[in-house]
Amino acid sequence: MPAPDAPNEVIAPDRTDRRLIDRLHGELPLTERPFADVGRELGISEDEVIERLRRMLAHGTLTRFGPLFQIERAGGLFVLAALEVPEADFARITALVNALPEVAHNYRREHRLNMWFVVAAETQAAARAALDRIGALTGLAVHAFPKEREYFVGLKLAAEAPSSQETHDGAD
Amino acid sequence: MALTEFDRELIAATQTGLPLVARPYEAVGAMLGVSGEQVRERLAQMLAEGLIRRIGAVPNHYRLGWTANGMTVWDVDDAQVDALGERIGALPGVSHCYRRPRERPLWPYNLFAMVHGRSRDEVALQAEQIRTLLGTACAGSDILYSSAILKKTGLRLKEG
Repeated sequence: MPAPDAPNEVIAPDRTDRRLIDRLHGELPLTERPFADVGRELGISEDEVIERLRRMLAHGTLTRFGPLFQIERAGGLFVLAALEVPEADFARITALVNALPEVAHNYRREHRLNMWFVVAAETQAAARAALDRIGALTGLAVHAFPKEREYFVGLKLAAEAPSSQETHDGAD
Repeated sequence: MALTEFDRELIAATQTGLPLVARPYEAVGAMLGVSGEQVRERLAQMLAEGLIRRIGAVPNHYRLGWTANGMTVWDVDDAQVDALGERIGALPGVSHCYRRPRERPLWPYNLFAMVHGRSRDEVALQAEQIRTLLGTACAGSDILYSSAILKKTGLRLKEG
């Protein structure tokens, strides 16, 4: 099954998009006009920064733009959990799981445990309740793998890294 | 630290994204009945406290050419897993690295490292490096490739 977000219609980010992504992977300045400030660094206008972000969000090149909250610092938690979903029932179970607002991410993976999702909740009890609810709704055993220790979270992937698309998108 | 009522409102107003307008913090302030400066001040404090990891763009790796994503999982000796986890987290292609509980016999793995590459071969190559690093401390491993993103929304705090 192809990934639903795989680029079947190619809307490849151009080089300026990639520079913008790399710049905004760091910090958006906490200034009055942050897009103008970022644009100045990259040599493009405030309007162009906003327009490019809008386009990349609309096309799915970016999944989100804004603050990334770390709710553990406020007592909240993320719990990774997995289900063994019968293939014939995969679409129905996906809809049931995704409908819960507590489910932040959900990935199909190639394993006997073929659905892996993250529940985000403000308290342990709320996380437990969401996992129980998924068990009850789907009728499947929920295998929870709560984080015991974090060694690293971050991204070292540069958007500007050369890729197979690079030869086609040298827009600037 | 406990969230104040203002924090909750601020999170609810920005968790799906910042408005893409020239003065985004002012726009958020207008929704909450405060000034843009108050919004920026509190966001700066949240960054300093670690309640916000960063303010910026979350790219879709697939669209950037990082089409292969493997959750590599390892059964690592409990006495050595913390020291080794730190070293694996520092490897270039690893975006997340955690220790999690085993669930034997179904799931013997206690170390999770998310690895990205432009192809599965690249992911497999990086997994080989991890295997080498773990050496005899590792009793078994697997790579779970993702074949579809079913949902990716980020945090959703309930209103009120």
